[in-house]
Amino acid sequence: MNLGHDALVRPGLGQRSWQQKSNLGWLFCTACTTLLLSIPIITVLYSILLPRSEVWLHLRSTVLPDYILNSFVLAAGVCLGTCLLGITTAWLCSTCSFPGRRLFSWALLLPLAFPPYIIAYTYTGMLDFAGPVQTSIRNFFGWEYGDYWFPEIRSIGGAIVMISLVLYPYVYLLVRTAFSEQSASLREASHTLGTGVYKTFFTIILPLARPAIVAGLTLVVMETLADYGTVHYFSVPTFTTGIFRTWFGLGDRIAATQLASILLLCVFAVLLAERYSRKTVRYQNPTKTQKFRYYPLSTTKAILATGICCIPIFLGFIIPAFQLSIWAMHTASEMINMSFLVLIYNTVLLAVMVTMTVVIAATLLAYGKRVSTHFSIPYAVNLSATGYAVPGIIIAVGVLLPFAWLDNTLDTWLQQKFGISSGLILTGTLASLVFAHVVRFMAIGLNSVDASLAKIHRSIDDAAQLLGHKTFDRFASIHLPMIRSGIFTAALLVFVEVIKELPATLVLRPFDFNTLAVRTYELASDERLADAACSALLIVVISILPILVLNRSIAQAGVLHGSQA
Amino acid sequence: MNIQCLHKLQLGLALCACLSGSLLNAAEVNVYSARKEGLIKPLLQKFEEQTGTPVNLITGKADTLLQRIISEGVHSPADVLITIDAGRLYRAQQANVLQPIESAVLTNSVPKQYRDPNGYWFGLSVRARPIMYDLNRVRPEDLSTYERLGHPVWQKKICIRSSDNIYNQSLVASMLAHLGKESTLAWAKGLVDNFARPPQGGDRDQIRAVAAGQCDVAVANSYYLGKMLASKDPAQREAAEKVRIFWPNQENRGVHVNISGGAVTRFSKNKAHAIALLEFLVSDAAQQWYAETNFEYPVKPAIPASEILSTWGKFKADSLNLHLLGELNAKAVMIMDHAKWK
Repeated sequence: MNLGHDALVRPGLGQRSWQQKSNLGWLFCTACTTLLLSIPIITVLYSILLPRSEVWLHLRSTVLPDYILNSFVLAAGVCLGTCLLGITTAWLCSTCSFPGRRLFSWALLLPLAFPPYIIAYTYTGMLDFAGPVQTSIRNFFGWEYGDYWFPEIRSIGGAIVMISLVLYPYVYLLVRTAFSEQSASLREASHTLGTGVYKTFFTIILPLARPAIVAGLTLVVMETLADYGTVHYFSVPTFTTGIFRTWFGLGDRIAATQLASILLLCVFAVLLAERYSRKTVRYQNPTKTQKFRYYPLSTTKAILATGICCIPIFLGFIIPAFQLSIWAMHTASEMINMSFLVLIYNTVLLAVMVTMTVVIAATLLAYGKRVSTHFSIPYAVNLSATGYAVPGIIIAVGVLLPFAWLDNTLDTWLQQKFGISSGLILTGTLASLVFAHVVRFMAIGLNSVDASLAKIHRSIDDAAQLLGHKTFDRFASIHLPMIRSGIFTAALLVFVEVIKELPATLVLRPFDFNTLAVRTYELASDERLADAACSALLIVVISILPILVLNRSIAQAGVLHGSQA
Repeated sequence: MNIQCLHKLQLGLALCACLSGSLLNAAEVNVYSARKEGLIKPLLQKFEEQTGTPVNLITGKADTLLQRIISEGVHSPADVLITIDAGRLYRAQQANVLQPIESAVLTNSVPKQYRDPNGYWFGLSVRARPIMYDLNRVRPEDLSTYERLGHPVWQKKICIRSSDNIYNQSLVASMLAHLGKESTLAWAKGLVDNFARPPQGGDRDQIRAVAAGQCDVAVANSYYLGKMLASKDPAQREAAEKVRIFWPNQENRGVHVNISGGAVTRFSKNKAHAIALLEFLVSDAAQQWYAETNFEYPVKPAIPASEILSTWGKFKADSLNLHLLGELNAKAVMIMDHAKWK
């Protein structure tokens, strides 16, 4: 372990200024990108400074406490749910030997392909009071309403289960990676000293995986807080639904943005608390010295392990996918036509453009953070990655306002100067849509790239620097090849997210530009679940591919992201 | 940057400007629609066929579309804004992004109460929000008014969707306009006490819940029942057949109605075509299409309602001026918040 590494490499004053000079170009780019990406977030945060309206007072005295409580319960519940599902399965798949382990290790990622709102629609269609399951029960036993108890799917509990079922793969993926990177010698030493499997797990394995768990949970919490589709469909009043209601119902966009900025501040608080709590602890794994042996399981335990891994796959993927397929078969002949192909094309086009931009920007920022010596850069970079926790619709407003302002200002200037009009160059184009997505999903890209960069020891940078390599050279010849798989992971995760994104697309898209998510939403929100099934299913299918590639690349590369996020 | 470089930049910008400017000026109509694509596109296509004017469409929630028009300002490409309630049109008018239009066709086709007095917006179809009840468990004689639904006799018997929904917000706004704040709040509290379950789902869900016996009455837009009756899904048809419509408040103000409507934006570049599109949307053929496809009531009195709709009989509609619904929308939401209507 490299204890004391900090003291050795912290540059002295003279060295710092020399280093800074050589990084100047890079830092400039980082600062500019950060600034650009932060525009929407700053636009949102700025609203806090605006005067509180009458609507705000009304909110505070009536529904705000409910919003806070429900959002908190939801986030906490989803954390618990994703930990339970994610960590258990990660531990089984990375340390135990049981039938189907290899199959499970990738199949457990499949639920990630389901956007939360689609799984919510699907389960509601099945489990609702008037749905087929309860109707069959009533018909079979001759019961009526009130004669029996059945869990209410459209409740906060239901929302927690739905969101947990599709978000646990984040925890699973990062934690599994962390577990399999842990040195076997630690575990064996523990066993040699007479500690049992479970105690070893709770005292050594789990604490060592803490950064990965936290990284996974951070993504989960941010995504949960930003979720609108599920909570809206279930009528659970949370911050996000409150934001919509304040804007649309009460007609007060500013109060809505103020709500959003409170949400943002909460996320900042969580991020800072997390950062602070592990400030003093450094997590570095000793190099793997020996091949790890999987724990052999007795027959009963092996069956149990198989069963445990089956639960989330069945609930989070197979059952809803099966239901969607049944619906899709009924409606496919009507729904699949030329315009459906255009939907696919648009969706993929948008996803590719966003993915490329995020990957480039994330790499730039992550590396900028690494080479920066100014204290503000890491904060600025982190600020630009908070968009993930902001509901897409608020990001959309954060993009729309400054872009439209820019367009109109440019136009006025051109009119005065040349008497010509530029019209709207950015607003209502694919550019602003791509930008909004980049802001929204920067966190995913940055987390992955950052984590893989963090695994490269600083001494390598220092050595290269001493040998006279400039910042860019060091990056291109040393870091880039080493973080390739991290970048790849980032690209795939972002791609999947863009395919699923809805609210920002709705607001910002150009004329006649529909995506699969938009189509699904329009049909499903009109209670035409069966008609929505084709596009919903396709979102899932398109998302599966990158997920499978992702799993494969992780399994092969060995260089894994996430353990130090 | 030297002067030459600056000139080049300016020239480039000017070129961009010309390009984008010329793109915008082509004779076409750009529609921002809160009506979902499936319920507007077919009509727009017919308009394109008839007139040869291309129509471009974006759909979305009315308020976000409105925000987009406001932000885009003078250069907004939007020519026509279509919403599914009068309140949003009122909001757009208040935001000063609409322009009044004079069209004899529109004024003659759309009855007075379904259009703005100054010609800022026009109703395109009428949507009623009656009470629906279970055929076997409820005697229609026991039903009378919306107000009565707040009475304890209906305890645990009512299904209605969340107060996030614009149809409910408009309903409460209409109550506010007629009854005033105190009575409306008292009514809303009574209604909330009578809920059979926490509000959830859409209007079809409420109808299904009545059919399944979870509640005895629901409040839902009538066209949802029409769509369910005409559905290809036998389960939906079966549920819908167990449910009947009751037109409330026939002795006094009439049943609560709203419109889907359209308006021409203030900075429309193609005003003439935009007006032509609105006129097309109130033409007999288009009105018939609304009635047949979406089971809404045509805004034009002369056009007969669809077959299913005629079986529900005629009703007296609330003649409240619809812009009041927009004006009172925020107050209605606050009342629902106070009544703890989720």
